[in-house]
Amino acid sequence: MNIIIKGTTLLNPEQKINEKSDLLISDGIIKKIGSLNDGDYKNAKVYDFNNAYSVPGLFDMHVHLREPGREDEETVLTGSNSAAAGGFTGVACMPNTNPPIDTAEIVKFIKEKSQSHLVDVFPIATATHERKGEGLSPMLELSEAGAVAFSDDGNAIKSASLLRNAFEYTKMIDKVIIDHCEDESLAEGAMNEGITSTVLGLPPIPSIAEDIIVMRDIITAEYTNGKIHIAHISSKNAVDMVRQAKKKGIYVTAEATPHHFTLTEETVKSYDTNYKMNPPLRTKEDVDAIIEGLKDGTIDCIASDHAPHAIEEKEHEFIYAPNGVVGLETTLGLVLTELYHKKHLSIEKLVEKLSINPRIILKLPIPQFKEGEKANLTIFDPNLIWTVDIQKFQSKCRNSPFDKRLLTGKMLAVINKNKIYYENSFFTI
Amino acid sequence: MSLESKHLLGLYGTSREDIELILDTARTFREVLERPIKKVPTLQGKTVVNLFFEASTRTRISFELAQKRLSADTINFTTSTSSTKKGETFKDTVRNIEAMKVDMIVVRHESAGVPQFLTRISNANIINAGDGTHEHPTQALLDMYSIKEKLNKLEGLKVCVVGDIAHSRVALSNIYGLTTMGAKVSVCGPSTMIPHSLIKLGVKIYNDIDKAIQENDVLNVLRIQLERKAGDRIPSLREYRNYFGITTERLNKFNKEIIILHPGPINRGIEISSEVADGPYQVILDQVTNGVAVRMAVLYLLGTKN
Repeated sequence: MNIIIKGTTLLNPEQKINEKSDLLISDGIIKKIGSLNDGDYKNAKVYDFNNAYSVPGLFDMHVHLREPGREDEETVLTGSNSAAAGGFTGVACMPNTNPPIDTAEIVKFIKEKSQSHLVDVFPIATATHERKGEGLSPMLELSEAGAVAFSDDGNAIKSASLLRNAFEYTKMIDKVIIDHCEDESLAEGAMNEGITSTVLGLPPIPSIAEDIIVMRDIITAEYTNGKIHIAHISSKNAVDMVRQAKKKGIYVTAEATPHHFTLTEETVKSYDTNYKMNPPLRTKEDVDAIIEGLKDGTIDCIASDHAPHAIEEKEHEFIYAPNGVVGLETTLGLVLTELYHKKHLSIEKLVEKLSINPRIILKLPIPQFKEGEKANLTIFDPNLIWTVDIQKFQSKCRNSPFDKRLLTGKMLAVINKNKIYYENSFFTI
Repeated sequence: MSLESKHLLGLYGTSREDIELILDTARTFREVLERPIKKVPTLQGKTVVNLFFEASTRTRISFELAQKRLSADTINFTTSTSSTKKGETFKDTVRNIEAMKVDMIVVRHESAGVPQFLTRISNANIINAGDGTHEHPTQALLDMYSIKEKLNKLEGLKVCVVGDIAHSRVALSNIYGLTTMGAKVSVCGPSTMIPHSLIKLGVKIYNDIDKAIQENDVLNVLRIQLERKAGDRIPSLREYRNYFGITTERLNKFNKEIIILHPGPINRGIEISSEVADGPYQVILDQVTNGVAVRMAVLYLLGTKN
């Protein structure tokens, strides 16, 4: 079947393309770019998007799909629907499932579950056996089965010696270690440490809990020539450390979440558990440092840390409630509203951080606007104003602090694997 | 006269007028407690639930007695393990109790913010009887009442809270309440037990107990909570006693009158010596009696508010 994407600006910073051009897609393959003739329009379904961009399909390299183990909270299918609804054509899912993604069978299980879906799902496997921090996972076998990176997300890699070995071992397959940077001995709290935690009487987590592990990881990466990716960076000091390490030529990359560049610890004053995150929401100074890091390239990408939680768990007392936020369906809107419209990031930079860089870090091919290439693209209108409604989420869960928030910029359609997601429905093309 | 708020969640933001009203009302009830018949019919027909998710003996008994003195119907819901650990959500627990048509809930919980959460899911008046390391407003109110009873004023007094400030809900409520009433509040303790950020609240910090004794009119001595991992933050109880314990020798050095409060239960020989705990300056047992009167005042003012 043929479809035509009419009226959008094709933008791919990797290819240095930025021009208004029509696209003819035939059986999922880009057939023609530019001036289409009457023959092309014949037998083609036309999607007319004015004032919209077509960009290489967005990619979220940090999501929790909860399957296997907590299918009541999310599954590969519902998480993929949520990704498509948020404008993503690919995600990398974290291995802190139950059982964790630490065998080739589980990697394959997830890949099979997502096989026929529009959204590509790439499992990240554990760095250690059973994610217990004692001994490496079978990384060669996991990699062969399709794992794109290794992480003990939810916890930091337990010891410097394990991390060192992980760096050495993964050199054989050239894959990155993603670390959730948090020193366990300092992290037994519920919010960022400071005057707000004192006033609220909540047990605090100091920002150095993050900084200490970021520094450890950078030093170890330098020593072993390893590759480290810092997940959900949230503190000013950590951003500075990554900046300095990059200057020294150490292979370190970092991601930031929308909640860490839009919200501060002040929001916790409501004791609303939707503001309970790990790493915790920090100060205005940290938020500014993250935005600065995104602007100067210290922070390579934006990832949602999509973490669905059952309502009955989020409704617990603050200190017992689980951490996290449903992120896939608000990320693009928040990035456009808070970073693009506030003139921190250009559309090109935004596409790099939401599409190109995560794929580079995970060594995945970057979709191209080229005749003969597979169509893998996201179409969004940067100026469309909409209101977040958690009841309309495709995710199984509703834990979002952004409910009722007015955003400027929204996805219109995503195309990948011979399918289009448009107006809340999937169609094969 | 009535209180501005429907609940007593904490003293943060509670107005001077409200605090004065509670303390004045408490004085009336304090007199009632001296009568041969100590009961008044003020809250007859009202149902109060004491919802205690954390072990507490004296605060719960004090509230319960206050409720009985006011002729309210009282139910105790006490559980040492939280509902979370049993599988029922906190919200369900509260809704079940709410469904029994209660008018007021007195709540103690190890998580800060639970009283605020209750105001969102219940129509009852909520009284905070201690939430996490956040606030314990009735304790601070009875502390203020006891100080005022002894010194006839709060304005201009210097009050130092001594002990593990970082893990104390009493300290914060004292800081907020006393500051609102015009007293100067300071804290004293080992630096590992004092959050740095307190300076931002305008609180003076002492690490030298002698200096704290010398410069203050009142010491509010907190219990060293052995159960709250004090061990990570002080080398030993011996060192704490030697450097921060309130003893007669220390008090005698300065030849001045000083009022000693302690919210109890006392670790005799650790934060305070027996001699001081039973000595002429302490008002520790007055605090207990005043506690009933202050809680009667709070229950009365909230329970009869429209």
